[in-house]
Amino acid sequence: MGAKRTRERTTLQKVEAGLKRRRRKELIFKLSGEIATGVGILFLVLFFAILLNKGSSAFQQTYLQLDIEFSAEVIAPGGQLDLQYADFDGIVRAALQKELPEISGRSERRELYRLASVGAAYQVHDVIAENPGLLGTTQSIWVPASADVDMLVKGNIDAAVDEALRTLSDQQIDWINRLDEAGRLDLKFNSALFSNGDSREPELAGIKGAMMGSFFMLAVTIALSFPIGVAAAIYLEEFAPRNSWSDLVEVNINNLAAVPSIVFGLLGLAVFINWMALPRSAPLVGGLVLTLLTLPVIIIASRAAIKAVPPSIRQAALGLGASKTQVVFHHVLPLAMPGMLTGAIIGMSRALGESAPLLMIGMIAFVVDVPGSFTDPSTALPVQIYLWADSPERAFAERTSAAIIVLLAFLLLMNLAAVIIRRRMERKW
Amino acid sequence: MTAMTKTATDKRKTAAVPDYHEQVVELGRETVGQVRCAEPFMVAEKVNVHYGDNHAIRDVTLEIGKKEVVALIGPSGCGKSTFLRCLNRMNDSIESARVSGNITLDGTDIYSKEQDPVALRARVGMVFQKPNPFPKSIYDNVAYGPRIHGLAGDRAELDTIVHSSLERAGLLKEVKDRLDEPGTSLSGGQQQRLCIARTIAVNPEVILMDEPCSALDPIATARIEDLMDELCEDYAIVIVTHSMQQAARVSRRVAYFHLGYLVEVDDTDKVFTNPQHKLTEDYITGRIG
Ligand SMILES: Nc1ncnc2c1ncn2[C@@H]1O[C@H](COP(=O)(O)OP(=O)(O)OP(=O)(O)O)[C@@H](O)[C@H]1O
Ligand SMILES: [Mg+2]
Repeated sequence: MGAKRTRERTTLQKVEAGLKRRRRKELIFKLSGEIATGVGILFLVLFFAILLNKGSSAFQQTYLQLDIEFSAEVIAPGGQLDLQYADFDGIVRAALQKELPEISGRSERRELYRLASVGAAYQVHDVIAENPGLLGTTQSIWVPASADVDMLVKGNIDAAVDEALRTLSDQQIDWINRLDEAGRLDLKFNSALFSNGDSREPELAGIKGAMMGSFFMLAVTIALSFPIGVAAAIYLEEFAPRNSWSDLVEVNINNLAAVPSIVFGLLGLAVFINWMALPRSAPLVGGLVLTLLTLPVIIIASRAAIKAVPPSIRQAALGLGASKTQVVFHHVLPLAMPGMLTGAIIGMSRALGESAPLLMIGMIAFVVDVPGSFTDPSTALPVQIYLWADSPERAFAERTSAAIIVLLAFLLLMNLAAVIIRRRMERKW
Repeated sequence: MTAMTKTATDKRKTAAVPDYHEQVVELGRETVGQVRCAEPFMVAEKVNVHYGDNHAIRDVTLEIGKKEVVALIGPSGCGKSTFLRCLNRMNDSIESARVSGNITLDGTDIYSKEQDPVALRARVGMVFQKPNPFPKSIYDNVAYGPRIHGLAGDRAELDTIVHSSLERAGLLKEVKDRLDEPGTSLSGGQQQRLCIARTIAVNPEVILMDEPCSALDPIATARIEDLMDELCEDYAIVIVTHSMQQAARVSRRVAYFHLGYLVEVDDTDKVFTNPQHKLTEDYITGRIG
């Protein structure tokens, strides 16, 4: 009887019986998707929070206000400005001494002088060089404090710790507090971070050198890899005969995209530096290596973009009597361009974040000068991050995070550009 | 009795196609009716097409006259589109396709070594089943052919060509004020007329149409049929259609294809009122679908 009743159930009843199970499955699937996304977002937020927390303080730097006396005796001994040999260090020291006049004794004075950065003397030099009319006057100038002072002001040095375990003595901390009370210390925007090259002194170290190095490298990379990649994709997709040879090429390109990047560095070392005798540590070589690295990515993206062009458009053009080349350049290329550009920008973002291959070609050198051309020795942003992360000074730790923030900002900018380009150029058909 | 019916249905299910194939062979491979015409312009002689191992067109001989509309009909997969593509060498771009036989246009062999397919397609235009305007403006769609072939000396001449082509395609009135808008913004029927305008802008001698109305509603279809009536005063038209009514309305001659064979060709009214071949009769009476 029961069996019969089941058999007699209507379709609607059967569907309804299964509906509950289906809904539950759907709910579980949806929930697990939401959880996965949530976990992803959580980690992302955590990552950014930590990074900002650690790095944001590096965008500020402690400055010290000193009354600098541009004494004619020191700067212009013969009545003539002598900026090259003048003792600007001495001028800064004298100004420091004036702030805390009761300090005497050699070792104490030496401790006092350590409160100002070595960069203070350069700054005093720059001020008088720019405005010689200040000769003989006394000016109140903000000069960078040393990294230790900076760390104390930012709360990264704990005065409660045993004196032997910190970089500042009790005495120095006392002086700093007195200077602070006198309004002589202030946190200002750390312009050195963006206008200087690397330095052994954290308060003078900047990422401009690394940024310029990355810029030159990416310029070489985009100039080479985009045209070569697009041309290769067009040839493979539109003109190459389909045979075992083209299959081999295809497999190899796909394989290259997955090769660890350090291998490209070794290749660059062997080919560009050892064989072609190009200079070490040069953005030119870095760019060439990154070109090898990004080419497969661009070729694969460009081929996908070409494949996505509807065949009906090709047929329409062919049917009107367009030649193969005309079909490609009048129709396929414009329609595939957004996809190709997106691929190129993704390739560029990968190139910007790459450090391993650059280590192999000597771009890990300590470079103080900001590179001005494609062959000047330089580093790159990710390599700079690696170098700073390796430094023991506490002040370099926050600069490492700051450099990471800058790198991420650039990546974000590039990906944003990719999205905008795609939106702008995408055409409906 | 029941057993017999069962075997019959089984047979129809599994062996319907080979059955007809045998029938074609049985009934003779010779095309019945009139493959020749009075003023032949495009002539196909013993054309065979293979896609790899698939023999899609078998020994087809057909003449297409000047200023006449020839309709190609037949069940799906019988090779109508394939034959049509032979006439402007669009099969060249299909890698597996191999065409043999002889096709001439106004006396010249279009498959000879000297014949450039690009030049041929300027003389033999094509309209496709699905409207496929370029993602460009209406103006640029029509101007594209004249531009690549260098048909217009200056902008004014190009304007004239574009306007007259749109006019002849019966589209000018609707798009006069929006020539800068994308061609893809038009309705399906308008897009198909735009494609026709684009084709006639090159001023071809033959126009091939592969089911040009299959994506359109009856009103748009009627407009395009009217258009064909006008166009056949200047061009030879070969049209593939699945609609018997359409073939009857627009064509002067009808060619019935079956499994790659050209079974029967004759004047339209003759084929529809008095088909000679059994397969043709089966098809137009709806027994082969
Ligand atoms: N590009 C191709 N590659 C391989 N085989 C093809 C190709 N185009 C068509 N064929 C084969 O050739 C035969 C004829 O196809 P064709 O498209 O010419 O038929 P048709 O008469 O136009 O059919 P329909 O009315 O459905 O459009 C079919 O067997 C088909 O499978
Ligand atoms: Mg077809």
